[in-house]
Amino acid sequence: MTTAPSSTLRPRFVIAGNSSVLWALLVLALVTVGATVLAEAGMISTSFVKTLGKTLCLCLAAIAMDVVWGYCGILSLGHMAFFGIGGYAIGQWLMTARTTDIVTQNLAGQPLPPTPREIEQAVASQIFGVVGADDFPWIWAFSHSLALQLLMVVLVPGVLAGLFGWLAFRSRVTGVYLSILTQGMTLALSLWLFQNDSGLRGNNGLSGLQNIPGLDQWGQDRISLLFLWASAGALGAGYVLFAWLTSGRRGSAIRAIRDDEARLRFLGHGVEGLKLLVFTLTAVVTAIAGALYYPQAGIINPGEVAPLASIYLAVWVAIGGRGRLYGAALGAALVSLLSSWFTGGGAPDIPLGFYTIQWTDWWTVLLGLTFVAVTLWAPKGLGGLFDLVPSRKPRQGDWGPDDGAWRREEGQP
Amino acid sequence: MRILLALLVALWAPAAGAQTLQDLLQQEPEAISDPSRRTVGEVLDRLVDSGLPEVPVFLERWQGKEVWQRKSDGLFFYAEEDGDGHVLYDISTGEEAGRTGPRELSELKPNAGVRGVIGSALIEFQLSDPDPARRQAALDAIAKDPAPEQAAPLRASLEGEEDPDLMARKERLLALLSARFDEDPAARVAAIEALGADISVEARAVLNQILASRPAVAATLPEDANVARLLVPGSADLPREAAYVMLVEAGLAPPRVTETEIRDALVASIADGMVGETPVATLGTDAARHAAYDAIAPARGLPPRVTEAEVDAAISTHVFWQGYAEPDATVTAAAQRALGTAETRVALWQGADLLLDAVSLASIYFLAAIGLAITFGVMGVINMAHGEFIMMGAYTGYVVQTLVPDYTLSLLLALPLAFAVTFAAGVAMERLVIHHLAHRPLETLLATFGISIALQQVAKNVFGTQARPLTSPAWLDGAWVINDVAGIAYIRIAIFVLALLFLGLLLFILKRTRLGLEVRAVTQNPGMAASLGINPDRIGMLTFGLGSGIAGIAGVAIGLYAKVTSEMGADYIVQSFMTVVVGGVGNVWGTLAGAGLIGGFQKGVEWLNPSNTLAAQTFMILFIIAFIQVRPRGIVAMKGRAAGA
Repeated sequence: MTTAPSSTLRPRFVIAGNSSVLWALLVLALVTVGATVLAEAGMISTSFVKTLGKTLCLCLAAIAMDVVWGYCGILSLGHMAFFGIGGYAIGQWLMTARTTDIVTQNLAGQPLPPTPREIEQAVASQIFGVVGADDFPWIWAFSHSLALQLLMVVLVPGVLAGLFGWLAFRSRVTGVYLSILTQGMTLALSLWLFQNDSGLRGNNGLSGLQNIPGLDQWGQDRISLLFLWASAGALGAGYVLFAWLTSGRRGSAIRAIRDDEARLRFLGHGVEGLKLLVFTLTAVVTAIAGALYYPQAGIINPGEVAPLASIYLAVWVAIGGRGRLYGAALGAALVSLLSSWFTGGGAPDIPLGFYTIQWTDWWTVLLGLTFVAVTLWAPKGLGGLFDLVPSRKPRQGDWGPDDGAWRREEGQP
Repeated sequence: MRILLALLVALWAPAAGAQTLQDLLQQEPEAISDPSRRTVGEVLDRLVDSGLPEVPVFLERWQGKEVWQRKSDGLFFYAEEDGDGHVLYDISTGEEAGRTGPRELSELKPNAGVRGVIGSALIEFQLSDPDPARRQAALDAIAKDPAPEQAAPLRASLEGEEDPDLMARKERLLALLSARFDEDPAARVAAIEALGADISVEARAVLNQILASRPAVAATLPEDANVARLLVPGSADLPREAAYVMLVEAGLAPPRVTETEIRDALVASIADGMVGETPVATLGTDAARHAAYDAIAPARGLPPRVTEAEVDAAISTHVFWQGYAEPDATVTAAAQRALGTAETRVALWQGADLLLDAVSLASIYFLAAIGLAITFGVMGVINMAHGEFIMMGAYTGYVVQTLVPDYTLSLLLALPLAFAVTFAAGVAMERLVIHHLAHRPLETLLATFGISIALQQVAKNVFGTQARPLTSPAWLDGAWVINDVAGIAYIRIAIFVLALLFLGLLLFILKRTRLGLEVRAVTQNPGMAASLGINPDRIGMLTFGLGSGIAGIAGVAIGLYAKVTSEMGADYIVQSFMTVVVGGVGNVWGTLAGAGLIGGFQKGVEWLNPSNTLAAQTFMILFIIAFIQVRPRGIVAMKGRAAGA
């Protein structure tokens, strides 16, 4: 590792070549195992396990956001749209399967055995009665099948992101223009979902997702642990995937897009294809994170894909530190946990004599100002703190967006 | 009844000369005190024919349940409650006629039907009432609830009408009544044809009433049927199921046995876990249930199932059509033609109305977006807190209004004050934040977003979450109504004028002043501008202040017709971004074109799908994403070297 660009000369698997990946996986494993042990011992509540699991999903979305923004330089203000799509896709199956179970039980008491049509009608009126419909809209065509809906979790965001990215990158929409367009995309999606005739229950959203059909005998404590492990597994896999994606020649090219797209194009690289790959892949990973998140949250509604959610995702990544995966994960975990602590009334009020600062009201203000401060004075975010740790070895990887695409060999020590 | 009336008049005529109203009423007091809808007509005719001047007042009070009868002698009085008893007033002279103690009077309470008959008799008087307001009220009553017998008094009242407006209205109502109720078809057709040019809601309602139709079915088309159009079963007009339901309702086909009925019949026939020969457990499919039902139906006297083939056969042997209630085909044809003409004109006016709406929406977007556009043009940064500056302007207006109670004065104060407040806020933000993030547009976007959520929450903490009113002065209330179809609220006209003013002002600043020259220079090439002695820093700051100040003004304007809330900025910010993106950067005309395009497109989609504003916005955003494909740099794109910056 002391000689020049090892990745190009001696291809090695990304985990071995980048110690931060190992550290991150170790921390993740410790958190997961620790939480499991504590939960089994009854020392932390089921709801805390769920919060932890949800946080891991948000971390996964955040590292995807980091790859698309911190590495590739595309500030997407619409990635939470994919998160929401993932949630809706899995929610459709959860809701249909669960309602079918309930309806079948109810109909079992009837003198005649129910026909399939009767069951379907009863399920449809259960689910869609709230928006005044009583049959399944076309968009629910696959909702009876878990496998197909899981495919939708990947396919719908993949196709949507691919199409959007292809249109946008092809016409060389970049910078703030692209950010605004992605914001428009998520706004369009949320407005469409808000309508009752979108077929996804309008502003009621999908609910009761925490009940997993077929796992009734398990109880929420076991289910929450199951999802914690699933989320941790997904986060770990996503971390390795993105570490691999951003390593080597391809990683350098991705960072070069961030730093000077035109120059990279003149050097003969296919910029559009790479951008499209990054955009679509991160969208799919974000959707998977959403599909794991919403069964733990229990409810999803169109407000979850409003533009604000995506901007918060960017805020987490910025506070955690762009251009390094562990920074993004750290930022997402810390800010979302702090958010729920402050807004949940956990933080003590500060009496100023003439006025009492109640954190439920003032937390957003603090967050906003912190964000401005981080952007102004600490562009490396929380992740920058790790640079202060004296290291035996020189720093690995690139120097982050503030110092350009310089590698270890070129940057200041 | 008229003949009867003539007889009655003839009978009473000798006595009528010296009669007072009281005498007249006492001839048949039960008809007054306890009238029925059937008998009251006679009494009314008698009263009207008497020609006594106090009759209209009496009818009005009778209708209003203000007439009382003294129990002791049966005389009628107007009365006012006074303590336990009543003060009586003579029905002819209106003079006080003594007092009564409690329970000596009974109130006349004609029922609703009788009051209606009295009302139409009254109209006759009211139509010639000296007070124009009362004549107007009588005409409104006719328009609301037209009836054939109103035509004669209305025609009679034409003579002697002095007010030209009322005269026109009377003539039009008469035409409407004649179109709908005249006994002579030729007269009706003539009246209907005269209505063709009339686009008022009233006239179209009359035409639609004449054209009222309903679906009908028969084995063959009857000769005398006035057919609007034939219905084809199985088409969108008349789905197959609906056609069969019509047949059933007309008694031309046996009703279908529904799945519910089959289920109930099967349930009723369960014995020892079997239905007939079939075990209950196998009845989990429709086919099995049908077979079981068919098996038990004849034995139990249940109606047989109607098969699909039978349904098709029944439908194919009958004719379905949409038939007019009006039997006369010439009348309906004339009404159809007239409605066609009217609807063409209505469509044109609707187009005009839509255009007004679109222009008004576009001026709002223009006001909201122009500040954003010039800061983006000069400094290349998107200010996410722009929406919050709009909100700040609106709250400034609200605060001024709580301090200055006069709405006109407070509005005049609020506009410059909102500009000042947001100008200061914009300059402060530029100095403290944006200045330090020069050449990092994405970071600027995020930092200004941080400011945006902080400002929004501060506003929520200070002003609370409920919407605050920003009341417009009285002279801006109401609307300019062109006709029944097109109209626009004055407040929207005011916003349009405001947008025009700012367009002019900005063009003047940018094209005719030193500051404008420098702004344009910095927009095109900051480096070159700096080397020519322009301070891009100062220009950036001033432009940012100017853009923010205009946002403040826009806030006051938007607050006047929408509620002021801490989230109002967020409602406009994405639209403003889209306006800038579509219009092109750093150009007033581009923003104007963008606002026009987006406003027009949004109103257009709403017109196609009026129930759904959300869908309109979704389509608009999709349209913009597609539009960027065609013109990635907006409608008015910068050319030459500036475009690469």
